[in-house]
Amino acid sequence: MASSSSSSSPNWVMENNGVMPHVLAVDDNLIDRKLVEKLLKNSSCKVTTAENGPRALELLGLASDEENTLKGTGSKVNMIITDYCMPGMTGYELLKKIKKSSIMKEVPVVIMSSENIPTRVNKCLEEGAQMFIQKPLKQSDVKKLTCQLMNCRG
Amino acid sequence: MDGVVHLRKQLVDYSASLFQEGFLDDQFTQLQQLQDESNPDFVVEVVTLFFEDAERLLNEIAKALGQGSIDFKRVDAHVHQLKGSSSSIGAQRVQKVCIAFRSYCEEQNVEGCLKILQQVKEEYWLVKNKLETLFKMEQQLLAAGDS
Repeated sequence: MASSSSSSSPNWVMENNGVMPHVLAVDDNLIDRKLVEKLLKNSSCKVTTAENGPRALELLGLASDEENTLKGTGSKVNMIITDYCMPGMTGYELLKKIKKSSIMKEVPVVIMSSENIPTRVNKCLEEGAQMFIQKPLKQSDVKKLTCQLMNCRG
Repeated sequence: MDGVVHLRKQLVDYSASLFQEGFLDDQFTQLQQLQDESNPDFVVEVVTLFFEDAERLLNEIAKALGQGSIDFKRVDAHVHQLKGSSSSIGAQRVQKVCIAFRSYCEEQNVEGCLKILQQVKEEYWLVKNKLETLFKMEQQLLAAGDS
């Protein structure tokens, strides 16, 4: 299916008084990080990338057990998109930590994976993931996401 | 102007052949569609990252398979990475061989792994060669258009 060409300025940015959503993208694969960053930027998002769960938690201000609500970009991240399969902390474990935190638990978390395994999908959704997307990521996937995020209609 | 028309046709035909022969799939088209004025070299940049990453991984895999006691989990982890990157740029044939490779890792089949490593290497060098040719043709077309 051919994806649609990107338009220069989607209406939903205007509806939000021109505030660009800030997305944190987490993936241990360099190529995938570059791709998701470009896809998000094309959907008018501000993007920060992290190469693993611990780094993501650091950026969100959740690194230690004591939550620091003012430090870093934690208070301003509107969505987190993370790969499932990462060495060390998996995307699922990252999801759980985010959902357990008082400051970040309302932030939508999207899980990406190359493997569409029903038990995997279900456990992520049960743990509060907003969506489960299959890799490789396409522009249409990201547009759908950011649209949902900004509550645009149609 | 004839030169440009000819170059463009060559490029279109070559590009089409890469898709027809399965070297590239729709994901590569996705990358091309992401390229714009703000990022005019996006495809080349991402593909170059892929080349570097793939070569590193292939070396790691070869090294791991050369150990006295093979850590198949480690080999599989590298293959998984390569499968992911090749999938993300649309290098379909490389991706497909990686999928088969993972089965051999699961079986802890040394012979199988060694044989398929050769296959992955071949497919990688093939697609690298073809993409480099494609980029060169694009550059020639741009240069011809400017002259």
